[in-house]
Amino acid sequence: MIKLLLFSYLRETIGQEELAIEASNWTIAELKQHIEKTYDVALQQTMTAVNEQFATDATVLKDDDVVAFIPPISGG
Amino acid sequence: MQKFEISNVPIQVDEVTEKVTSRNAGAITVFIGTVREMTKGKKTLSLEYEAYPPMAIKMFEQIEAEMLEKWPETKLAITHRVGKLDISDIAVVIAVSSPHRKVAYEANEFAIDRIKQIVPIWKKEHWEDGTAWIGDQLENVPYPDGSPKEVPHD
Repeated sequence: MIKLLLFSYLRETIGQEELAIEASNWTIAELKQHIEKTYDVALQQTMTAVNEQFATDATVLKDDDVVAFIPPISGG
Repeated sequence: MQKFEISNVPIQVDEVTEKVTSRNAGAITVFIGTVREMTKGKKTLSLEYEAYPPMAIKMFEQIEAEMLEKWPETKLAITHRVGKLDISDIAVVIAVSSPHRKVAYEANEFAIDRIKQIVPIWKKEHWEDGTAWIGDQLENVPYPDGSPKEVPHD
């Protein structure tokens, strides 16, 4: 089980701040596909962090990872 | 004293500046980012910042590490606001100290540029006729077609 954190328009569109998903051994790309299909959102421009560090689509998830989808940022 | 903070209360500029004071410093530059009313002809009423705080702090620390590699004698402090902000409110304060003036300016601009690239903070604009999460300030990471650029008021 991994924890997925959602922010910005993804949090509002999906209507949840976080999701618990059986995604151990999935890649980030597989997790993105799953979320795109389940919630009808587009994630091509979304960066991903695993345990608070940026990760690539090829990163493989393990149990208890905290994953965050990072939509285009606009701080400053 | 935390050099890097995400704050849900108004930022005290002096407190951020104080963190970089040093006997080795000959200059301190302070950047204050404020909420602008007009953007491309559109009137902002207020805005809302959201952050992923633990990762944002780590990214501030990464920016500090990059800065120290380029300019070893500098010091950096950053506080970014979250929550609802009105026009002219302070959104971010960046303080940099350095032995010399030119580096203090350069390093401060480097810090704001990197914040806009790697720190997970999002801004939602509230206009008279709607709201939108802004994601394309640098115009290199636009929202994909089909994602909600503008959603109506509740």
